[in-house]
Formats: sequence, C-alpha cells, structure tokens
Amino acid sequence: MLLARLTQANGAPGQENEVRDLIRAEVEAHAHVVKTDALGNLLAIKNPDAPGPKVMLAAHMDEVALMIVGIDGDGYLKFRPIGGVDPRVLVAKTVVVGSKKTPGVIGSKPIHLQRPEERENAFTVRELLIDIGAKSKEEAEKLVQLGEIAYFTTEYEEVANGKVKAKALDDRVGCALAIRLLQEEVSFPLIAAFTVQEEVGLRGAGVAAYQVEPDLALILEGTTASDVPGTDEHRQATALGQGPAITVMDRTVITNPELVQELFALAAEKGIKVQVRRSTAGGTDAGRIQLSGTGVKVATIAVPCRYIHSPASIMCKDDFEGAYQLVKHYLARLEERAGLS
Amino acid sequence: MDVKEVFRSLSEAAGVSGYELELAKLIEQGCPWADETRLDKLGNLIMLKKGQGPEPRPKVMLAAHMDEIGLVITKIEKEGFLRFSTIGGFDQRVLLAQEVVVHGRQKALTGVIGAKPPHIQAPGEQNKAVKMEDLFIDAGFDSAEEAAEHVRVGDLVTIKRRVSNLQSSFMAGKAFDDRAGVAAILECFKTLSKIDHQADVYGVATVQEEVGLRGAITSTYGIIPDIGIAIDVGFGDSPGLPETDTIKLSKGPGIAMGPHVHPKLHTRMVETAKEWNISYSLDPSPYPGGTDAYAIQVARAGVATILLSIPLRYMHTPVETLDYQDVQRTGRLMAMFIAGLDQEFVEGLTCF
Repeated sequence: MLLARLTQANGAPGQENEVRDLIRAEVEAHAHVVKTDALGNLLAIKNPDAPGPKVMLAAHMDEVALMIVGIDGDGYLKFRPIGGVDPRVLVAKTVVVGSKKTPGVIGSKPIHLQRPEERENAFTVRELLIDIGAKSKEEAEKLVQLGEIAYFTTEYEEVANGKVKAKALDDRVGCALAIRLLQEEVSFPLIAAFTVQEEVGLRGAGVAAYQVEPDLALILEGTTASDVPGTDEHRQATALGQGPAITVMDRTVITNPELVQELFALAAEKGIKVQVRRSTAGGTDAGRIQLSGTGVKVATIAVPCRYIHSPASIMCKDDFEGAYQLVKHYLARLEERAGLS
Repeated sequence: MDVKEVFRSLSEAAGVSGYELELAKLIEQGCPWADETRLDKLGNLIMLKKGQGPEPRPKVMLAAHMDEIGLVITKIEKEGFLRFSTIGGFDQRVLLAQEVVVHGRQKALTGVIGAKPPHIQAPGEQNKAVKMEDLFIDAGFDSAEEAAEHVRVGDLVTIKRRVSNLQSSFMAGKAFDDRAGVAAILECFKTLSKIDHQADVYGVATVQEEVGLRGAITSTYGIIPDIGIAIDVGFGDSPGLPETDTIKLSKGPGIAMGPHVHPKLHTRMVETAKEWNISYSLDPSPYPGGTDAYAIQVARAGVATILLSIPLRYMHTPVETLDYQDVQRTGRLMAMFIAGLDQEFVEGLTCF
C-alpha cells in the first residue's frame, strides 16, 4: 500500500533520497516531465505546454529526525533533532541509524535508581543517547558517521475504527495525495511538487514554486490534531474524523479567501465533510509558495494527524479520502472552466 | 531448539503479573529437555529434569520470573480515550509516544500513548515530565460507547515492541526482565541434557514477581528444594550510572554476595566459574529483597539460596538491552554448578 511504503521510507530534511526514489517510480507513468532541482525537489509535470491555469500541488517529502553529532568514549551516539521534536517523546524508543541502518535504542536510567523527584523533570536531548550495542568508540565509528541520521522504526498499521498509526504522516499523507491526484485526467498544466526541507524552514517550496510559476497552488499537508482529553475545543486545531482541514491563516500565510470559499462551497456541494483549521500556529510550504514570483494564490488542505513529530502518529482514513475527493473535484471544476474558455 | 529464538518469542509475548499463562505455554514448548512439567495453583511453570544420582538426590530449584510490568485500563473517557494505571514500576517518562497492545474483550488492539500536544502547553511545561495521570491510550475509538464494545476497565495493556538485534550479540526489547532469566534456565537445561548430574533440577518460571515475589513463595513451598538459585536481571553498566551500582555487560552474570546468599553457595559458584573459565562479576548486594531469592530463602524451614544477575541496561523500559552471551554464560555456569553437586555438599549447607 502506497501510504505504508511512503511512511516506512526514511527522509530527513536534506536527505530525502529514499522517499524521492519511491515517489519518482510512482509518478513517472503519469507525468510528461519528471525532474529534480539543485535542492532535491522532485517536480512531476503533466501537460507542461498546455494553456493555463497552471496548477501546483505541493507536499513535502522530509520528516523530523535525529542527527548524530557525536560518539562518546563508550560507543554511545549523541544526537540532536532536525526539525521540531519534543525530547520527551524520544525516551525508550527504537531507531535505525545511518546508511547501514544500524538498529539502536534510546535508553534511560532504571526507575529503581532514580530519586522520585527526578521523574518530574523531562529528559533533555543532551542527556539522551543512542545505544547500538557497540562496545567501544572504534566499533561505533565503523558503523555510524557523524552527520548520519537516526529514524523512528514505527510500522504502518491500521488500528481500530478506520484509523492508521504510522510515523511521518506529516507529510507523507500529502505525498500520497499528490501522487494519486496526478493521475487525474486534466488538460491544463498540473505540477506535483514534492518538496524538501519543509521541517527546517520551508526551504524547498520557494525554489520549487519559482520554477513552476503556478497560477494557483494547493498545499497538501498532515497537520496537528489535538482532539484529546485536556484540550478545549477551540484549541484543538483540528479533530480526526471531521474531514480534511482547510487553513484560513497560520504563522506563514493568509490563504486566498476566494479559493478557500470555493473549496468550502465545493465540499458542501459534493457532500464532503471538511473542517476549518482552528489554529493560527505553525507554518507550511504555502507561506513560501504564495510569495513566489509576483505572488501565487494558495490554499492548504490538510489531513488531521494526532501526535505529529513523534514516533507514532494517528490519522483517520476517511479524512485522507476526503482530502483526495475534495481536490479531485476541484481539479474537475477547473477542467470544466478550462473547457469553457 | 534455539533458546535465543525462544527468548525472542517470550519477550514479544504478553504476560503482565497475574496473567502469565501464555508465557507458560511458550516456555513449555521451548523446553524439550524436561522430564516433567506442571503448573501450580498460582500459575508457576515447574519443569523437572531428573538427576542420575542415588536417592535421596539433591534438589535444586532455578527460579526466574516470567511476568512483566504493564498497564491496566482504569477509565474510558467520553471521547473514547483510555486512561490507565501501572502494574509494576514504570518511570512515567518512558511511556509517552509508546505503542501498546490493549488486550481487549475480543482481540488485541494497537494503541499509542498520547498527551496533550506541546502547542497547548504552558511555557516551561516542556521541561516537566508529562504526568502519568495526564497520559492516555489512543486506540482509535471515537466515543466511550464504541470503546466499551472492545475494552473494559480492568483490561490489561502491554508495551508493543519487537526485539531488536543490536551489534554483536546485543539485543533490545521489552520484558527481558526477567524472561532473560527464564532463557538462562532453558540454556541450563539444554546443557544438562548433554552431561551427567546427580541432582534433580526444578526450573521454575515464576509468576507475580513484579508485585511482590508471590509466585516464588508457593513454588518453593511445593518443591522443597535444598538449593535455590534465583536468576534475575541486574543493573547493567550504562551512561549516567555509577560503576558501584552496576554490573558490566558481556562479562557474564553477577554472582551476588549478601544476606540472601548462602556463603558456601557463593564460594562454590565462584569456584565453578573459575574452573570452567566462565566470566562473571562479583555483585555485592547489601539490600536483600527485590528478587525471588528472598522468597525462596525464607520458605518453610529456610532454603540455601544464591542470586545470579544478568546485566541489563535500561531496566523497566521498553528498550531493555543485554548481551545474549551473558544469558548463555549464566545457563552454562548453573549447569556446571549443578553437575558438581552431591548429597554431601547439600548436607553441609546447614552446618555453620
């Protein structure tokens, strides 16, 4: 299954190779041009020379991960997060490190040897180490190089009630959506941009948009859902099972109001459940893409995911399907209009 | 029979204290070297390997607990999330973002332990550990009604974790405490099947150790051993722990010395290790209690006991780490110790 393969592939910011190769193989049959740029963005272009509107779908390939920054005298690996990772989610997890895919664990002190008050304080990232079972620094150095990446090992799994558990749903859901949507029959130029380095400051998206010069862009994301106990409804950002979330505004973008209204109207017309993203925190590639060239109309359509940026996030398959249907209908609507003009 | 593979399956199986039956079955299947096996009323699995000596033969009991620490459902929230409490000692900090198996009414369900996300938390809150009472299990249910079809208050939860093979013979996983000890008993039985020994050997996979050494109390009473060897895990050397509190990995078992260890057994065990060139560490343990050795020691009129500790890093976390060679060394050491036993030595144990 596509989403399973995408989430189980590894791709830290700047090291998206595994994900890119997987996506390239998926899109080649459905694009006229498939190319990469100097940053590693993958652009799959359908109908490059057709008349407009030129529509860009954007999804980022990278995921948050851990970079190895040191090997201590006993062969333990020191690391720092790339992208936003709360160190508290790292304790007692398994990882796989570097190009040799060396298995490791992030251990912690046994409870028996702790003072009770120690358990009140979170571990800092500087206290945590990866143990690969190496008996010396020399042994570890043969397996892992500084700068290599450690990834979570979570397996994709369908759990109760149409939910999915996986790592890196942010933003492999977007990648999976863009791959599927590129298969739509349209006559206008449709570009799926699989971007790099979103998690460290939206770096790939601007570069991609500069080359594409789209008339409008739909950013496909996995966004935070906090519909969990202890969170007031107005602070939940999004909730699972309520359909894809449409962003009005976040830290990086005020999305195009007409486009947003059109998406809501279309969803109502087609009976697709959608929700407004009830948070203005966070940012997506939309922020960079809208400022590309002389400006681009953008909208963000996101699949709500609980526990993003942690080893195991959870989403609802219906929300994923809803996002697909919404964009698919939107592309069909554009196709109708293109035919009329 | 490859005991290492049996050990892997034991680690990945579920058996919280009081609910060890699945483990007992797996252990029995993994031990073709026993002459007899039985379960006692508490669920202890007792495997007997008979000796070849004249009666009365010395009776040696090897005890390692098969139960693991886990969680239990305490409440189903109206949104379908599951609240829990712990069975056995967990550091609350190791639970966040952990995958779990909820052993529900009809089937086992996968869940993730969550908490409210960072952007909802007050500044500074990220420096604090998420408290146990603020954690919940997300198994995908959308309402209390839906959850109640699958899960009840009181249902058990175990950590979902496959065994990882690390470098050389290092392994990481859950519940190595104390299924590593059970594996050491199996390794011992395997070795004993190839050599002569006078003593009858009772290998016991005990229950409910994590909640108070309970299985060892009844199993010892039933067996009436002359010698009790408890095999448990000991704190392995790891970052941030002082050398004095730990045993080095890859150097064999720790041979305990202290109030719960019979001095003659300690001496004999060390001599055996030296004679057979099996590496070991001395493990001074001034605080008796905490392992099955204590329960065995005070059974009936008292039993001469010794404790062997397999060094284990990150104890009571889902990534417990050990060197499997230490398990094999522990098994071999016990087998050679047993092979050297006769009735005369056993009778000497009550002479101080």
